[in-house]
Amino acid sequence: MKLHEYQAKEIMRRYGVRTPRGEVACTADEAGEIAARLGCAVAVKAQVHVGGRGKAGGIAVATTPDEARCQASRILGMNIKGLTVTRVLVEEAVKAAREYYAGITIDRARRSIVVMASSEGGVDIEEVAARAPEKIARAWVSPREGFEPWQARSLALAAGFDRKAVGAAGTYIASLFRLFVREDASLAEINPLMLSEGGHVIAADAKITIDDNAIVRHPEYQALAEEDSEDPLEREAHRRGLTYVKLDGDIGVIGNGAGLVMATLDAISAEGGRAANFLDIGGGARADVVRNALELILMDGRVKAILINVFGGITRCDEVASGLLAAAESVGVRVPMVVRLAGTREEEGRALLRETSVVAAEGMADAARQAVALAAGGVH
Amino acid sequence: MGIFIGDDTRLVVQGITGREGRFHAGRMREYGTNVVAGVTPGRGGADVDGIPVFDTVAEAVRETGANASCVFVPASAAADAAAEALAAGIEIVVCITEGIPTLDVMNMLDAAKARGWKGRVIGPNCPGLVTCGKALVGIMPGRIFTPGPVGLVSRSGTLTYEVVNLLSARGIGQSTCVGVGGDPIIGTNFVDCLAEFEDDPDTRAVVLIGEIGGQDEEDAAAFIRENMTKPVIAFVSGRTAPPGKRMGHAGAIVSGNMGTAESKMKAFREAGVPVADSIGEIMRLVMDALK
Repeated sequence: MKLHEYQAKEIMRRYGVRTPRGEVACTADEAGEIAARLGCAVAVKAQVHVGGRGKAGGIAVATTPDEARCQASRILGMNIKGLTVTRVLVEEAVKAAREYYAGITIDRARRSIVVMASSEGGVDIEEVAARAPEKIARAWVSPREGFEPWQARSLALAAGFDRKAVGAAGTYIASLFRLFVREDASLAEINPLMLSEGGHVIAADAKITIDDNAIVRHPEYQALAEEDSEDPLEREAHRRGLTYVKLDGDIGVIGNGAGLVMATLDAISAEGGRAANFLDIGGGARADVVRNALELILMDGRVKAILINVFGGITRCDEVASGLLAAAESVGVRVPMVVRLAGTREEEGRALLRETSVVAAEGMADAARQAVALAAGGVH
Repeated sequence: MGIFIGDDTRLVVQGITGREGRFHAGRMREYGTNVVAGVTPGRGGADVDGIPVFDTVAEAVRETGANASCVFVPASAAADAAAEALAAGIEIVVCITEGIPTLDVMNMLDAAKARGWKGRVIGPNCPGLVTCGKALVGIMPGRIFTPGPVGLVSRSGTLTYEVVNLLSARGIGQSTCVGVGGDPIIGTNFVDCLAEFEDDPDTRAVVLIGEIGGQDEEDAAAFIRENMTKPVIAFVSGRTAPPGKRMGHAGAIVSGNMGTAESKMKAFREAGVPVADSIGEIMRLVMDALK
């Protein structure tokens, strides 16, 4: 789960990291009031979960409260890469002498936490990694060991931080590590970590992603997760306990198992179609779960055909087929539905479907082909 | 022979008194796995369908000679259960549980290394493994497997079943099939399995089923190029997955330009590993490899 910049900064402040003074606003008037309270030039920053908001015009500097109000009114409601801005962070504008990078994430291959620092801040770290990998200093640390300020200072020096920034930067990076472990983050990043003209080290931008698997033990993020799903369908899926990702096509997809569903999306694309979603109903494919999933898919007005791809393993295909039919009937499916069953007793399962309005497909490619044709209005 | 488990596997089921644990203990026994014990703290002395239950893994090992474990414990306690099994000297710990916090898994694996525990963890968030005709540990549907020369390693459960089902239907049997799990941090990766398959006399070819996220497939490609004499066939799912979205598995996420299907397929092709475009094509490539 990604946190917004203002939320990430609030958490970082709790761990002792210095950030610009600021508050979040939902209206232009609020933004003006915050700017007046701060009494200095401010940055007005769109709070959306996409990169490149600066380039899209989602960040502006204002020298007066009035100007802050105007900028906020321009940015609020703006659409940045498909997301509507509903909140802006209004904070004191800081003039940078230098911009560094500090970030902590999971190194999957090494099964470790990796702490990174670079003297090239303010740009995408992946870009630095590709262009000048030697400009990034890294340390691999076990969560059991911890990462102390003295270790962080060495890292900052190795990354080429200015000597006068190393003390505070080291403290903040060590704080960031404590935050990472205690809050169960999978990413904690300060970019840029600024050395201001006034000689202060400040987290000018902040990103935190919390490990979804750990949200259960952090009640405060649980509450955020519920209010934060931006898409109504994703919010509904979350409420129904379904693993759902909205995509941009018109074929609703339901399958059991993440790998199988991903392969189904690929097969649809190979046939020239586009899936409307990823939806994994997990093992077993019980009738009540299928019904729940079908109801969700049918709330999506874009869906012109549905493709259900199920592997019957422990549950036999004939049982899966009757479950599917019962679910489809109780939901009242209004678009063509292609069902592809594989696994134990698949012939029997397919035979059960043959007598119905459901299109029984032979294999994954065949199912994808039929679903694509039906979504395009063709005859199967 | 097969890899990791076989005739000599003596299994303890952790969480055997729960719904999943009990159900799958029965399935595994039905397949022919020697299920010797169950563990649920506080339920020692009980018996589940004739399987004796102990309070600790150490006790189960002492009393029954268990050498493998299968973890069906809820996510909040599963990493701890795996650590208990490793500490008791269990050689293969198969962790089925999904949703364990990433740092818990990292801590468990790191503690094992620091303390010199020798056992191997498979998973978490995995369907387990089967050495065909000998032993099944986990939740895979036993009846789709047939003994034969193809080893299989995969990050996905149902995609494994899909491929196995097609292989079996064509009369191509399997040696061992391992689901390594869909989490970002897992105890056993593709390279670990490939190394075992290379040394396994019963395995003549290997099917590797990867997906987006991480760099396990890229590492596997490098390993195959340098160390493997047996043919490997690769498949990668998630080619059309959008970046930044977690596709079901916690580990299946493209971040920036890292972990894309293109990068993985390219790595395999450059290592001389044939990459199947579809599930169906895997069959053709396997048949070619076995010729």
